[in-house]
Amino acid sequence: MAAKRKTPVKTRNPDLIRGVGKYSRSKMYHKRGLWAIKAKNGGVFPRHDPQPKADAAIEKPPKFYPAEDVKKPLLNKRKPKPTKLRASITPGTVLILLAGRFMGKRVVFLKQLSSGLLLVTGPFKINGVPLRRVNQSYVIATSTKVDVSGVNVEKFDDKYFAKEVPKKKKKSEGEFFEAEKEDKKKLPEDKKEDQKAVDASLLKSIEGVPDLKAYLAARFSLKSGMKPHELVF
Amino acid sequence: MPFKRYVEIGRVALVNYGKDHGKLVVIVDVVDQNRALVDAPDMVRSQMNFKRLTLTDIKIDINKVPKKKTLIDAMEKADVKNKWENSSWGRKLIVQKRRASLDDFGRFKLMLAKIKKAGIVRQELAKLKKETSA
Repeated sequence: MAAKRKTPVKTRNPDLIRGVGKYSRSKMYHKRGLWAIKAKNGGVFPRHDPQPKADAAIEKPPKFYPAEDVKKPLLNKRKPKPTKLRASITPGTVLILLAGRFMGKRVVFLKQLSSGLLLVTGPFKINGVPLRRVNQSYVIATSTKVDVSGVNVEKFDDKYFAKEVPKKKKKSEGEFFEAEKEDKKKLPEDKKEDQKAVDASLLKSIEGVPDLKAYLAARFSLKSGMKPHELVF
Repeated sequence: MPFKRYVEIGRVALVNYGKDHGKLVVIVDVVDQNRALVDAPDMVRSQMNFKRLTLTDIKIDINKVPKKKTLIDAMEKADVKNKWENSSWGRKLIVQKRRASLDDFGRFKLMLAKIKKAGIVRQELAKLKKETSA
């Protein structure tokens, strides 16, 4: 293969009208430097002999021919864009979780992960919500902000939250009939340490604001007379 | 019961419907049986149906359809803003606006304050009850 240029060239031969270039064939020969290439190669254009082709693997005839022609699916080159983060959600925003085990809990937002999910923490000591991923759609952003400048969330990404794949164990016949004794899955110590590290500085900034700790510990609920479309969050 | 608040030139009214909801305006002229020409320092003079207006107790001293500057001066002289904000009606509206604009944290703090106040009141009441029963 001939060496590729680092940047593609704009045409050296601008169009006067479509189909008619500004420069003639002889002028273009000179402009493209074909004379220099020839001179370098002793008066002849350089020839590249075709490289010996590696022996292609012997293709076996297919075992099965479909009765009717099989349609090829249309080519799909769509690349989904990363989820757009709502303008009201910035690091340190207090969010209200709307679904799941921690429904109604008020929680501090840390960062958006590459999958689009939001990384969030209780803090654990205050309301029992650990470092957790949460979908933006299941969240109300309040206008209350907590200072998260002291928190380092660089190391957390989607891989950190991947499920552990249990190793498959071969079961003998006798063991099938015994009750499955599985140890309760314990949380690894390093995850607990991570939680403590993140929460340490958060707790300090939360305790600096009066009532904020109690606010994060309480759950949100709609009471009589509250109209969600009229509430300011 | 005789009427106390009359539609007259200079009567300050509260707009209760439409784009200018909640604004204080002054009636500067009467168009016909249903409509008035209405003006305020921060809006273009326009006509409004009386049904959109609620009359207040405040009245200022102006002639028919005054110039904007005259209107503003007359409102300053009569101190409409302060009279309104100190009246019970005006104060109620201000409180309503404050409550509606509270965010979630504000509502939480309000709840804590209400509980605290109720606790103090109950303590005092218990004390008084003890004194009267003793």
